Amino acid sequence: MKFSILVNEGPYTHQAADTAYQFTRAALEKGHEIFRVFFYHDGVHNGTRLTVPPQDERNIVKRWSELAEKYALDMVVCIAAAQRRGVMDANEAKRHGLGADNIAPGFRISGLGQLIEAGVQADRLVTFGD
Amino acid sequence: MLHTVNKSPFERNALESCLKHARKGDAVLLIEDGVYGAMKGTAFTPKVAAALRDVAVYALQPDIEARGIQNRVLDGVKLVDYGGFVDLATQHNPVQSWL
Repeated sequence: MKFSILVNEGPYTHQAADTAYQFTRAALEKGHEIFRVFFYHDGVHNGTRLTVPPQDERNIVKRWSELAEKYALDMVVCIAAAQRRGVMDANEAKRHGLGADNIAPGFRISGLGQLIEAGVQADRLVTFGD
Repeated sequence: MLHTVNKSPFERNALESCLKHARKGDAVLLIEDGVYGAMKGTAFTPKVAAALRDVAVYALQPDIEARGIQNRVLDGVKLVDYGGFVDLATQHNPVQSWL
């Protein structure tokens, strides 16, 4: 079955970012397809590579990046939500005259149309949030 | 339809709203702090017990165990792991998250 995942909560907030990851991983391990993982609202903070949690603690951002690499996941960060919260890729940083970008490996920045498409194309859209 | 509830019934009314809207044959999955709704002997227990007549109620076992309430789960509530969560999502359409 084809799933799309919507993540509306940032990492280390409550538990939604963790549940979204565990659900996505379990679905992939069962052989299901993940059409897209879309990060919206505070969920965009899942996609900044500048997080440095303590070494003995789960690294939520890195965990997403590793899952994306292993399964060639399409992980999209909402552009409007990202700009408000300071999550930038190289192109966006340049466009806004900023000195640095911070998007984590495996994530890309795009528009809300990608969420609509994710809902249309998948058999199930599963939402995780606060 | 699969309903997921991730907030304690003592914090928000999401589970109460969910149970009022759930139809016969639906499944309700309690996750994160929502698993407190699966406990027996609480002020909210009678509402879940009544709902069990028409809907299937599940709770995510890792979240139950993380909160140490594995010995206080209401009879009739079934425990699933993340793989079981995925299975429920394939068996029901759509999946409604009560946030």
